[in-house]
Amino acid sequence: MEKSYIIKQISIFSENRPGRLAAIAGALRDAKINIFAFSIAEANGFGVVRALVDRPEDAHRTLTDLGFRVSFTEVIGIKMRDEPGGLSDIASILGDTGINIEYAYAYSGKGGAILIVRVDQVEGAVRQILDRGGELLKASLFR
Amino acid sequence: MGCWNPKVEGMPPEELRKAQYTLAKALITRVYERSEFYRQRMKEQGIRPDDIRSLDDIQKLPFMYKQDLRDNYPDGLFYASKDELVRYHVSSGTTGKPTVVGYTRNDIETWSESLARAFASCGLGRGDVLQVSYGYGLFTGGLGAHYGAERVGATVLPTSVGNTERQIELMQDLHTTAIACTPSYLLHMGEVAERMGVSIRDDTDLRVGILGAEPWSEQMRNRIENWLGIRAYDIYGTSELSGPMFTECSEQQGIHIWSDLALTEIVDPETGEVLPPGERGELVVTILQKEAFPVIRYRVGDITVMDESPCACGRTHPRIRRIQGRVDDMLIVRGINVFPSQVEHALLEIPEVGRHFQIVVDRKGALDTMLVRVEVSEEAFSDKITDLMMIRKTVEHRLRSTLNVGAGVELVEPGSLPRFEGKSKKVVDRRSL
Repeated sequence: MEKSYIIKQISIFSENRPGRLAAIAGALRDAKINIFAFSIAEANGFGVVRALVDRPEDAHRTLTDLGFRVSFTEVIGIKMRDEPGGLSDIASILGDTGINIEYAYAYSGKGGAILIVRVDQVEGAVRQILDRGGELLKASLFR
Repeated sequence: MGCWNPKVEGMPPEELRKAQYTLAKALITRVYERSEFYRQRMKEQGIRPDDIRSLDDIQKLPFMYKQDLRDNYPDGLFYASKDELVRYHVSSGTTGKPTVVGYTRNDIETWSESLARAFASCGLGRGDVLQVSYGYGLFTGGLGAHYGAERVGATVLPTSVGNTERQIELMQDLHTTAIACTPSYLLHMGEVAERMGVSIRDDTDLRVGILGAEPWSEQMRNRIENWLGIRAYDIYGTSELSGPMFTECSEQQGIHIWSDLALTEIVDPETGEVLPPGERGELVVTILQKEAFPVIRYRVGDITVMDESPCACGRTHPRIRRIQGRVDDMLIVRGINVFPSQVEHALLEIPEVGRHFQIVVDRKGALDTMLVRVEVSEEAFSDKITDLMMIRKTVEHRLRSTLNVGAGVELVEPGSLPRFEGKSKKVVDRRSL
């Protein structure tokens, strides 16, 4: 049950220099892969590009073939009310139930606002959010 | 394993040093009389044969370099007369002019003796069939191994290099028990054999490999031994020494250097200062019984460590460790000598990163900086920045303890580092001094 909400995010190692994001994005464009959301985490000299895409397996293969270091990471996408307090509701559920957020990023679009999180206990997080009336993105959106 | 020459190989170290002194004294006296080149060198240094009163006095003698052989091409260094010479060998001139070395009958004799002792120490002797797959001809490897093997009573199969399928057929038909070749050629043979449906481990009598003439590693040894079911021994020799060659004994813990044939020192490649046993530096060799031309305090250019501790095999002659690099590749960073091969070895022990690397040396103000660029391995790649930072810390820590100088580490994308073996791209020195 919980598994159907666990999304495969692709994570790509990238050097921190001009043109690297363009190379990744260009590769996904050429493979006709759509990006729902992404973020860049940076450290000294390198970064990790994390993205939710419509075809994670294809994206993984495409980028790997081009020589990128790519991995899958399990994340969940939590729907938020797109108004004051929306993030607070979700963060409180996770905090109150002792689930730690390792990293998070968000987007807000036509379909509402989504918080994407990597947590330390992914199945526990799914259960707690559903139990408390929260809504999650279905993994089936990302074939 | 039994010694070929038990009296010499087991000689107590003190006696060995005495014998070395006697031989060295005779060598210097002879060379001073007969070699105009080296007499001139000694005069420049203000030293005469009489000044050599102990073995340590050898350190007063001037060095010889590969350039000396080049400058005196073809035979300007020879002091033996033409009718004393029985052979020439010539090294290829890929890095400059070719160099010519020559041998008297005794020089061939000591060469064969050195390898007879070496092969016996690897357990070879009568009844063995040694396939010599080093090149025969101007290169010293093939004929050196050939003479040593005949001396020790083995049967030689002089296949030389190439025609690998035929080599494998002969290996089976004539029941080769040992092979002398480069480690990479043996790996190639293993692959070709498998394509022919032959397992070297199961379908041949091969049990010993005498491998060298190119840099190799313990990892490579393990792979060869486990895959082919043989014992693989490291051999050391170079054409400029024009004589003795050396191998590991059955203990596989370093290469015994026969002290009655070669006097070895380890020096700081920069200053030429002699380093104590156990310190890494450049190998300097004096061929004590050489007759055709002087090989005195010859700067070989190979980096190694001398081990004078007793060997479990009982032989009293000191050992050198596996060659760890070339002086030409050496970098000096904040006054510390750094060899790219040290970086390579350190990285091989860290599974989180790949084996490819690039060293970038720069200078910020008065201080040298060194950066080592490495690739994160597929298994170790995590999308958590903290995990990646930890990998970087691990590599930094390992490099610092290996190199004795701090180096920054940069994680780079796979495939972005030079794949070539050559030094030129593995080291980028941006210092303008």
